[in-house]
Amino acid sequence: MSEAAMTNTGDVLPEGGRGVVSDFSSDKQAFHVPWGKAMMWIFLLSDTFIFSCFLISYMTVRISTSDPWPVPAEVFALSFGGDPIPLVLIAIMTFILITSSGTMAMAVNMGYRKDRIKTFWLMVATAALGASFVGMQAFEWTKLIVDEGVRPWGNPMGAAQFGSSFFMITGFHGMHVSAGVIYLLVIAFRVKRGFYEKRGGNYEIVEITGLYWHFVDLVWVFIFAVFYLW
Amino acid sequence: MAQEEGQQHPLSIYFWIWGLLFVVSFGSYMVDYLNLQGALRYTLILVFMFVKAGFIVAIFMHMKWERLALKLAILVPPVAICVLIGLMALEGKYTFLTRIEFFGDSTFVPEEGHH
Repeated sequence: MSEAAMTNTGDVLPEGGRGVVSDFSSDKQAFHVPWGKAMMWIFLLSDTFIFSCFLISYMTVRISTSDPWPVPAEVFALSFGGDPIPLVLIAIMTFILITSSGTMAMAVNMGYRKDRIKTFWLMVATAALGASFVGMQAFEWTKLIVDEGVRPWGNPMGAAQFGSSFFMITGFHGMHVSAGVIYLLVIAFRVKRGFYEKRGGNYEIVEITGLYWHFVDLVWVFIFAVFYLW
Repeated sequence: MAQEEGQQHPLSIYFWIWGLLFVVSFGSYMVDYLNLQGALRYTLILVFMFVKAGFIVAIFMHMKWERLALKLAILVPPVAICVLIGLMALEGKYTFLTRIEFFGDSTFVPEEGHH
């Protein structure tokens, strides 16, 4: 092209990389929320599709296998000296994650009230609960691998697909929780040392972190229902 | 902008939802603990699952107070997942029937000492 591209109002548009950015942003705002929040929502939407693919794969292999599917209530039962209680560790993990969602919601609220100390401690509490969730998951994996002999390619209790689905789904979720714990701690310490005061005292970031954390809890709701209870 | 001050809501609503999530989670656990079976089991699992998911997204993630454009942009695309679920359920059943047809019933024997 010999002449520079122009808008219909006659402004000259930049070329090259700057042109791409300028064309795509085009000075328009579709969603009237901070850009970080819109981006987090879009990331979570893509993550929804990833987790859906895992859960749908699990559904497909579970429907298609002719071997008996191991009974989760028995596989994940735990005994405290007496009779094994079905799914007890999973229930505790579920309650821990819900509790952490509660503390996170409080942290977001305190953030908007600009109460930095309370926000910090609530976020640290959320991270601690998340870390204990990952710890319990490590315990659960160890028990399954060492005591029950579950492997991604087979197990003594039934369909081989049980192990691969289990390790893939809970592993990917556990990775999200671990990443969330790190993310929470980074933001919590920034809040504490006044990092956001220098940026106009805007605590939207706590809500954006919260979105990620609640999403992790949300995914667990689906895993708990379709993997452990079904 | 309507949300210049961000999402500020009374603390009480969070406590209510928090409590509700505990009750509903306890309900899901009871489905298994009481060993409910059949259609009742699957209906309750799904109902509790969607109630919990709904409250987390609507209240904790503040979707209830967002503008419709954002709600639609985020909540409509996952509907496509339903199509995939339907397709893969059919595919799974077909694979299962094919396996039975060609390999016969499962000959899997659980090992002694395991569940």
